[in-house]
Amino acid sequence: MTLGLIQQQMAYTTLYLYVGIFMLLITGFVATVLVLARLLAPSRKSRTKDEIYETGESTVTDPWRPFPVRYYVFALLFLIFDVEAAFLYPWAVIYKSLGVYGFVEMVIFVVILGVGLAYAWKKGALKWV
Amino acid sequence: MQTVLNLLEMEPIRFFISFGAILFLVLNLAAILTMAERKTAGYIQLRYGPNRVGPRGLLQPAADVFKLFTKENVSPGRADLWIFLGAPIAMFIPAAAVWMVIPFAPNAVVANLNIGILFFVAVTSIGALGVIMAGYGSHSTFSLLGALRGAAQMISYEVPLILSLLGVIMLTGSLSFVDVVNSQGPNFWGWYFLPQLPMALTFYIAGLAEVKRVPFDLPEGESEIVGGFMVEYSGMTWALIQASEFASMGLMASINVTLFFGGWQPPLEFLDLGNFNWIWFGLKTALIMFTFQWIRWSVPRLRMDQLMDLGWKILVPITLVWLFVTAGAMLVF
Repeated sequence: MTLGLIQQQMAYTTLYLYVGIFMLLITGFVATVLVLARLLAPSRKSRTKDEIYETGESTVTDPWRPFPVRYYVFALLFLIFDVEAAFLYPWAVIYKSLGVYGFVEMVIFVVILGVGLAYAWKKGALKWV
Repeated sequence: MQTVLNLLEMEPIRFFISFGAILFLVLNLAAILTMAERKTAGYIQLRYGPNRVGPRGLLQPAADVFKLFTKENVSPGRADLWIFLGAPIAMFIPAAAVWMVIPFAPNAVVANLNIGILFFVAVTSIGALGVIMAGYGSHSTFSLLGALRGAAQMISYEVPLILSLLGVIMLTGSLSFVDVVNSQGPNFWGWYFLPQLPMALTFYIAGLAEVKRVPFDLPEGESEIVGGFMVEYSGMTWALIQASEFASMGLMASINVTLFFGGWQPPLEFLDLGNFNWIWFGLKTALIMFTFQWIRWSVPRLRMDQLMDLGWKILVPITLVWLFVTAGAMLVF
């Protein structure tokens, strides 16, 4: 007796269509739950409920005023390393067949990035303020 | 009987059944994990935990869901409602969609994407978007603080998370989760946590940070910013955020198991259960989830600068060094 729902051989298009349908169905499910909750739950408006929570104090400043994002350097570093990963993933998949050539290539690539990281570290960009 | 089973395995039908099964799994996982969390907390702190509803309090999650359904959904008067209500959706999608590519038993996978690991990395990062949407849409200072912390934390820990998978990819030569599990073999000494121990530890820690668990729960930070990015949520919207948090914790545990602890492979060859190997997968995942909860009640929360230091100055260098070691070792042997 087979209990496992075995995946058949499928064309790529079908497979990615499934991924898309899956995400749409999940979105639909969550939206349905939200609508259901809206219908089932009571809703009595009042001034006090409209206020935002700040440990019982009334808010002094507007939270949507311009604020300094101190960690944009972290965001930049993240971007660099993310792109690095986008290069390293395909390399890692075929590494077995690349041999010494692939190893040297990767060493050069990662060392350049490592120097960049060390430079950022030295400059104090990795310090949280 | 056989014909019915064959019909169920036909294509669109199989997909919709699997979708239902995964939704069922995710929701129940969230419910059971809330219960397990409170029971673990109870026993670690020498008390019982919830024990009123049903036998030994086992019906507590069901009661919670009923209660939350009938609670009012309060939203701040000046909140941006589309962003505010979009946040639970943006957080639920990554928690549920990645289960698609995880093999539960030999060949039992909803869609065997050949870029499975990349799909996992890409879809999990949507979670950071959900946190920012929740924090910014609420029009509240605490929420905004929590969201900014969450964004900083999640993008910082995504780097070691991504890099720590490279060793496994190199050893397997494929990005598909099915191939990763198949190549680990049915004995525990063939699993990747042995040759890739530093990477496995990095992935575990980075995964913990990615799902915002203690000691990395700064986006929520109960003692300082009360609920962090979800301070303004109530009723079912709050429940959905909580559910996706717990589901993504379960997801992270199962990815840990799939990549480093052999997925559905039995620990020793003679314990092979054929199609019922999902039992092994479940047991291992449950064990990892228990360690997540154990850590929660044993370790204090990190400070923000310590958190960033751990990510960038310890975990990233470890992964880069072990990348060299793996590459060199594969070249020599």
